[in-house]
Amino acid sequence: MDLSTIQAAPDIVLEGINLDFAGQPLLTDLTLRLPGGRTTCILGPSGCGKSTLLKLMAGAPSLDFSGTIRFDPQVASPGQVAWMSQNDLLLPWFTLLDNVLLGARLRGSLSHEKHAKALALISEAGLTGYEDKLPSALSGGMRQRGALLRTLMEERPVILMDEPFSALDALTRVRLQNLAARLTAGATVVLVTHDPMEALRLGHRVIVLGGTPVRVLQTIEPSGLPPREAGSPEVSNLYPELLRELMNGEVA
Amino acid sequence: MNILRPLILTAGFLFLWQLLVTLTGAPPYILPGPLPVGHALVDKFPVLLSHLGTTLAEILLGLALGTVLGTSAALVMILSPLLKRWMLPVLVVSQAIPVFALAPILVLWLGYGMASKVAMAVLIIFFPVASSFYSGMQRTEPDLLELARIMGAGPLAVLRTIVIPSALPAFASGLRVATAVAPIGAIVGEWVGSSAGLGFYMLHANARMQIDVMFAALTVLAVTSLTLYFIVDRLLDRLVYWQPRQGIQ
Repeated sequence: MDLSTIQAAPDIVLEGINLDFAGQPLLTDLTLRLPGGRTTCILGPSGCGKSTLLKLMAGAPSLDFSGTIRFDPQVASPGQVAWMSQNDLLLPWFTLLDNVLLGARLRGSLSHEKHAKALALISEAGLTGYEDKLPSALSGGMRQRGALLRTLMEERPVILMDEPFSALDALTRVRLQNLAARLTAGATVVLVTHDPMEALRLGHRVIVLGGTPVRVLQTIEPSGLPPREAGSPEVSNLYPELLRELMNGEVA
Repeated sequence: MNILRPLILTAGFLFLWQLLVTLTGAPPYILPGPLPVGHALVDKFPVLLSHLGTTLAEILLGLALGTVLGTSAALVMILSPLLKRWMLPVLVVSQAIPVFALAPILVLWLGYGMASKVAMAVLIIFFPVASSFYSGMQRTEPDLLELARIMGAGPLAVLRTIVIPSALPAFASGLRVATAVAPIGAIVGEWVGSSAGLGFYMLHANARMQIDVMFAALTVLAVTSLTLYFIVDRLLDRLVYWQPRQGIQ
């Protein structure tokens, strides 16, 4: 992603976060600092609150929490964040191109430049020829690529991704991970996943969450730059360790 | 195959009808056979057609007005939680009143002309349209709304771009139901008091023991209602192309 047009990617700082879920404390005094311009993968077992954490960073108004979430350098949260979820959320009444342009349309800022940029991104993702197709005519991998492009079109310095590749088959997932790593380079990316391999391939930093209430079990910074090869030593050496830590977190 | 099936069904229905007449020996002023009804249909076709014009106008006006009022009510309820709290109970209670019981009052208030029949059709279709559209909008995927919020969308842009299109498949189902019941409203209105329309003509023929003519009017009404339903169904399939396939295939 061309970062010259957008603001510098900030750190994300969470301080003393407390949040209850169904009467039980889910997050208690959680403090984290996620480095700017880097990809941080948050890894944890299902239901440990990783997605909730991501929603907090996105400023979800429905969550009642205490503590501080801020960007450093300080910028207002609205307008700084782009969001990508497990469900592609493509609008079935819009073509792929219109879906990629959704943010601009919603803000009433459609222009020839945006149009040209969307087409360039579509081409970069290998989807040329599918611009005018409806989501129902696209495969799962193509749809998720569309969702990624819609996220990138926002040109936001912070990109939050909630298990964006978990519904894809193995081959499509690897391809899309590589594409995402290439196109989001330079932004502050927080990627929530339950897949240790994905975290090791894509994260500059991997944070393992677990336990009740949730705490940081481990922070790893694998050597080399993402996307790492699945068979590379930094991935294959750390994989068993991460898996073990995840299992510990689940029973903790 | 698509044309063959309805043809076979129609032929089977006519055969059973004739069989019933033959086996029961019912006199023609109780149950005429398909042939006398066919004759009446041909003989009275110009008269039937002019009465159909009146009924069809009532149905179409009722549909248009009921759809506009129903969708407007749903939009008001989705846009204003305060008004919704007042309108929703009224809507639900209104369904507890048998609308047909209102027909004599409507005729009393609005007269023997078209207005009372259109009002009757509007009353019948208002609820399915309003409730389907409203619940469709309410069921908008929460993640989509969250995505729009993060994208910095204003409420009207969200309504126009996400909420209303999300609700259109549900609205289409409501409109199909409305199309199916609108003729009932118009005909009941005509039965209570009118000087034109297929319902009026049926009563007129009934009073003169012209049961074959009555059946001919009924046939015209059934064919019209079915045609209208098919047109609306196909139109909705085409316009709301993202809805799951439904309707009579």
